[in-house]
Amino acid sequence: MSWQPCAKLEVIRERARVYNQTRAFFNNRGYLEVDTPVLMPATNTDANIDSIAVAHNERPLYLQTSPEFAMKRLLAAGSDSIFQICHAFRQGESGRLHNPEFSLLEWYRVGYDYRQLMAEIELLITTLSLRRCSFSYISYKDLFSQSLGLDIGEVTLESLRRHCRQLVPGTDAGGLEFDQCLDLLLSMVIAPSMQGYQFVYDYPESQAALARINLHDSTVAERFELFFDGIELANGFSELTDAAQQRSRFELDTKIRGNRGLPRYEIDERLLAALESGLEDCAGVAVGLDRLLMVILGLDSIDEVLTFRD
Amino acid sequence: MASYSTNEFRSGLKIMLDGDPCAIIENEFVKPGKGQAFNRVKIRNLKTGRVLDKTFKSGESVDAADVIDVDMQYLYSDGEFWHFMDPETYEQQAADANAVGEAHLWLKAQDSCEVTLYNGSPIGVTPPNFVELEITDTDPGLKGDTAQGGTKPATLESGAVIKVPLFLEIGERVRVDTRSGEYMSRVKK
Repeated sequence: MSWQPCAKLEVIRERARVYNQTRAFFNNRGYLEVDTPVLMPATNTDANIDSIAVAHNERPLYLQTSPEFAMKRLLAAGSDSIFQICHAFRQGESGRLHNPEFSLLEWYRVGYDYRQLMAEIELLITTLSLRRCSFSYISYKDLFSQSLGLDIGEVTLESLRRHCRQLVPGTDAGGLEFDQCLDLLLSMVIAPSMQGYQFVYDYPESQAALARINLHDSTVAERFELFFDGIELANGFSELTDAAQQRSRFELDTKIRGNRGLPRYEIDERLLAALESGLEDCAGVAVGLDRLLMVILGLDSIDEVLTFRD
Repeated sequence: MASYSTNEFRSGLKIMLDGDPCAIIENEFVKPGKGQAFNRVKIRNLKTGRVLDKTFKSGESVDAADVIDVDMQYLYSDGEFWHFMDPETYEQQAADANAVGEAHLWLKAQDSCEVTLYNGSPIGVTPPNFVELEITDTDPGLKGDTAQGGTKPATLESGAVIKVPLFLEIGERVRVDTRSGEYMSRVKK
């Protein structure tokens, strides 16, 4: 049994440098640093994200899977642009690139859309890396057609499952739904061949999460992710500000969770009330700081940057 | 029957797959932040020795395989079966050529090795990583040639043929790495 830290001391110092520079970056650009609770009575209903419940009095509290809901309530209260460095928690996520507790940098810029936000991320990462970085951009649809010759707007579920079986060894794709097939192909086939910093934008409407639907093309959501050599670093949106639409997405999530036999989470009524009172147009993004640190330092696994992993 | 969920997967875990007992060699958790999680695993079929890739949706369960590894003493071979004994219970097991595989090249009576039992019967035998065996046949040694470089074939008492340095003689004992089949050193009597 070792009591020693998991990361080398030089990595722990690098983390401090990255945090200091991040704070300076956002302070200089007029953002307010905020601090929201890690433990709250409501949580994310996303069917692919499980929360860690903490026993407390009669009702459980949940370790937050991201500070998104609380930060949006601040925005609705008139905070203007905000950022936060915090820990987030996800049940059952553990591996070379995952730890159930991880560090997030999350920020919201009032008046921005997702494209302007991607440009700001370029600037932040270049600043933190202390060198010039180049970024490429591709839409989710083009990524699938260029990498696999698949038109995701046309392909049938049966044909998509066939692609999964052919391209991913030992997959029984029979039970996979459409978006699960896309997730499988993206993470097992496409991502491993990605190079450098790459933004993937305009996710299918079915994977909108909390992003608004594109005004000109209702088949896509104004959502993006940033990858480095296929490692997912960030996820961002032009934020959905419509309370009624947000409620129906939460209800759909809850239904899917029920169908899959997953724990049921109450819908966050406080967030919906905040959206109803009015959320200005804004764009927001969460950056995985452990992975960003890995990438900046050229390390291979999250273990090498976590201070402790007992 | 016991079963394991993908979140219990780790290397060494024994599971049933398509009716055969298998051991997990590697397990990788793959998940897009807002998408479906998968476990990509490398698995060895314990009956055939074949290694295959398998992808599970995280949260799926698989049956556990009733497989245990037991340290046993090798007794003798009757030509068809290799006989082993548990030194604590004195219980004996007979393993066929399929189960013994390449391991027979390194087996010497009284030596201990690991026998893999599936539903109580041997399906695999793993010799120790290093064994010491006597040379039973090799060309005459070249006196004084202890320099690096030259090797010659030598037959060991267990039947294996390995490459040894030129200076070694019949009757000498050598230490061998059973994983690579390589000569490690001469053993002083």
